[in-house]
Amino acid sequence: MTNFTIAVLVRNQFGVLNRVTSMFRRRRFNINSLTVSETESPELSRITVSSAGLETDKNQLINQLYKLPDVCSIKELDLVESVTCELMLIKVKNEAETRADIRDAAQAFGAKTVDYTRDSITMRLTGTSRELDAFVDLMRDFTILEICRTGIVSLERGATTIRKMEI
Amino acid sequence: MKLCGADIIVRTLIEQGVDTVFGYPGGQIINVYDSLYKYQDEIKHILTAHEQGAAHAADGYARATGKAGVVIATSGPGATNLVTGIATAYLDSVPMVAITGNVPTTQLGTDSFQEIDITGITLPITKHNYVVGRVEDLADTIREAFRLAVSGRPGPVLIDVPKDIQTAVTEYTPCEPVLPEPRQPAKEMRITAAAEAINQSQRPFIYFGGGMINSDAQDELYELAERLDAPIGCSLMGISAIPTDHPRFLGMQGMHGHYASSMAMHKADCIIALGVRFNDRVTGNRAKFASNAKIIHIDVDGAELDKTVSAAHAMRGDLKLTLQRLLGLLAQKKLPEWRKTIEGLKFEERGATDNREGLTPRAAILTLNKYLKPETPVATDVGQHQMWAAQSLAFSQKRKFISSGGLGTMGFGMGAAMGAATALKEKAVLVTGDGGFGMCLNELATAVTYNIPLVILLMNNGVLGMVRQWQTLFFNKHYSNTVLERKTDFVKLAEAFGAAGKRAETLEQLDSALKEAFESKVPFVVECIIDKDEFVLPMLPPGGSMDDIITKVDIGGAEND
Repeated sequence: MTNFTIAVLVRNQFGVLNRVTSMFRRRRFNINSLTVSETESPELSRITVSSAGLETDKNQLINQLYKLPDVCSIKELDLVESVTCELMLIKVKNEAETRADIRDAAQAFGAKTVDYTRDSITMRLTGTSRELDAFVDLMRDFTILEICRTGIVSLERGATTIRKMEI
Repeated sequence: MKLCGADIIVRTLIEQGVDTVFGYPGGQIINVYDSLYKYQDEIKHILTAHEQGAAHAADGYARATGKAGVVIATSGPGATNLVTGIATAYLDSVPMVAITGNVPTTQLGTDSFQEIDITGITLPITKHNYVVGRVEDLADTIREAFRLAVSGRPGPVLIDVPKDIQTAVTEYTPCEPVLPEPRQPAKEMRITAAAEAINQSQRPFIYFGGGMINSDAQDELYELAERLDAPIGCSLMGISAIPTDHPRFLGMQGMHGHYASSMAMHKADCIIALGVRFNDRVTGNRAKFASNAKIIHIDVDGAELDKTVSAAHAMRGDLKLTLQRLLGLLAQKKLPEWRKTIEGLKFEERGATDNREGLTPRAAILTLNKYLKPETPVATDVGQHQMWAAQSLAFSQKRKFISSGGLGTMGFGMGAAMGAATALKEKAVLVTGDGGFGMCLNELATAVTYNIPLVILLMNNGVLGMVRQWQTLFFNKHYSNTVLERKTDFVKLAEAFGAAGKRAETLEQLDSALKEAFESKVPFVVECIIDKDEFVLPMLPPGGSMDDIITKVDIGGAEND
C-alpha cells in the first residue's frame, strides 16, 4: 500500500464531479482527499485525488478515469517532483491556562490566527498533509472545536504541465 | 434550414444512417413521435409492447450489425424501463444510443409528473450520457453519442432531451455519418516483449472474447493459431466469431464451457487472451486459475488489463492492428506433444458427450442446427437453455449468436431476436426457457404486428432450471421458488397473439414442428418439453477450479424436502 496523488483535467461540465466520484464509488476506490477547482481555462476543471493502494489499484483507477469522456488528461504527481499543499482552518477553545501553549505551537508551525474571541481561537495553516496532521495532533492536548481541511492541491515543479499521460 | 428540436433528432438519426428505431411514445417525447410521423418514409419505428423490449431490440440490432442500435422512450417510467436493456448492452459492450424525453427544463428537479433523473440512474451503465440544455447543441450531441457508442470498446450512450428543447427551433445543417475514433495498435515495445514470451511457450492457448467480433481480427487469429500450432477457445461473448467447426476451435470456456477447451486453458503455459476480460464465470477461483500459464492480454480497454487476473504482458490496443504487428515477430511452432495432449482432451470430451436417446437438451439443439442457415441469427434468454445453446449450436458466420453474457438478463431474447431479424431482414431464432420467455413474451404481439420472422424454441422444463441445478448440487435439493408448475398452454398463447405454435414431446415431433416453424409465415413457437432434472454439464462450481469440475451428476433419490 502506497499513497499516490493524481491530477485530472476534466471538461468543466455540469455534473462532471458526480461522474468522477460515482465511478470511484461503484468501483470501490478508497479516496483520502479530493479537491476540485477551476483552472487557467474556463472550459477545464482540475481534480486532485489522493488515495492509497497497490500499484494495480492505482493503474486501475487511472485507466477507469480515462474511460470517462469528460476526462481530458491525467497525471500522477510525484511528491518529490511537485509542490503539494493543503489548507486547514482549526478552531480551538480559548482558555487562560492553555492560551500560551496554543500560541507557541501556532508560531512553531506558522499558523496564522484569523479569528480570536473570548471563547475561541481560529487558526489558518497551510502545509503538507503531514504538517497539518502534526499540528492537529498537538492541538488534541487542548480542546478542538472544529476542523475544516481542503484536501491537497498539487502542481509539478518547473515548467511542465499536466498533459495526456501515456499508458 | 430552421427546424424544431424534435425534427433535428429524427433528421440527425437519418443523417447518421439509422434505418430503424425501436421505442414507445409518451407525453414528454410526443414531439419526437410527431417528427417520426413526418419522416416515416425515411426511418422506420417499431413500437414494442414494453420499453424493455425496445431496448433489447436495439441491442439485438446492434449485435447483429455492429451499428449502434437506437431506442426512444418517454420520461419517467419510459426511461426507467430502459434501464435493464441499457445495462445489458453496457456489460456486453454493445453500441446503443438511447433517447429519452424529459419534462421542460424549467420543471427539471421539481419532481414533476413522470420526471426522473435518468442520467443519474444510468451513470454507471452508460459510456456517457447527456441532458441537452440548448437546442443548438442537440444535433452535435447526438453525433457525439454515436461516435462514442461505436468507438474503442463499444457501449450504450443516453441522451435526455427536455420537452422545451424538442420544441425550440434552430438552424440545422446535415452532416456526414460520424466515424469511430481511429484504431490504434498496442505499443511496439510491449508487442516485442510479448512476442518473446510467446516464442518461448510450449503449450500456447488462444482465448478470445467479444472483442474479436468488434475488431474483425479473425484472419489474424487463424494465422496466429497456425503459427503457434495452438488450440483456440472463447468466452460466451466470442461465440460465432469463428466457425464452430474450425479444426483448432475447442469451443466455449468457463463454468459450463467445453471440457477440452477449459482443460486446455488449465494446462497451457501461455494464454493469449484477445478482447476478453476474464470474468469470474470463466476463471472460477482466480487464485487457482491458470497458475502455470503466462497470460498475454490484448484489449482495447486499458482498464481490463490487470483488472481481475494479472497478465505477464498486457497490451492496450486494437486486436487486429496489434495482432498484425505481433505476427511479424512470432516464429513458426511445431508442438506435437501439445497437440497430442489436446487430442487426448478432445477424446475425453467426446467420451463424455451426452448421447442419450430421446428429447434431451443437446438433441433439441442439434435438431435446431439442421434448420439454421449460415445467415440465421440465434438469440437466447438466460439460464440452462442458454448454456445448452452455447455448447451445441453450430455457427459459420459472425454476429449470429446473440446472448446476454455479462448481465445475464432473463427476458433479453425476445426483444433481441426481433432486433436481429429486423436488422438482417432474416428469420431469427430465439432459444428460450419457460422462465425467461415468461418475462417478456408480450413482445410476441410486436413480432406479429410487424410480421417479424421468428422461430421460438421454447425449452419448457416447468422449472427455473439453472437455479434448480444449483439447488440440487449445493442447497440440499431445497427447490425454493423454482418450480413453476404454471398451467400456461403455450400453443394457445402463441395463437392468441396471432402467432402459431406446436408442442413437441419427442424428438420426431420436435423435428417436424421445427420444419413447420421455419416454413411458417408468422412467428412460430415450438414448445419443446424437457425433463426438469436435466443438467448443464460440465460445471465448474462457483469459485472452484478445474480440479473441481463436475462432469456427471447422479441426482439420486427423492427430493429432500
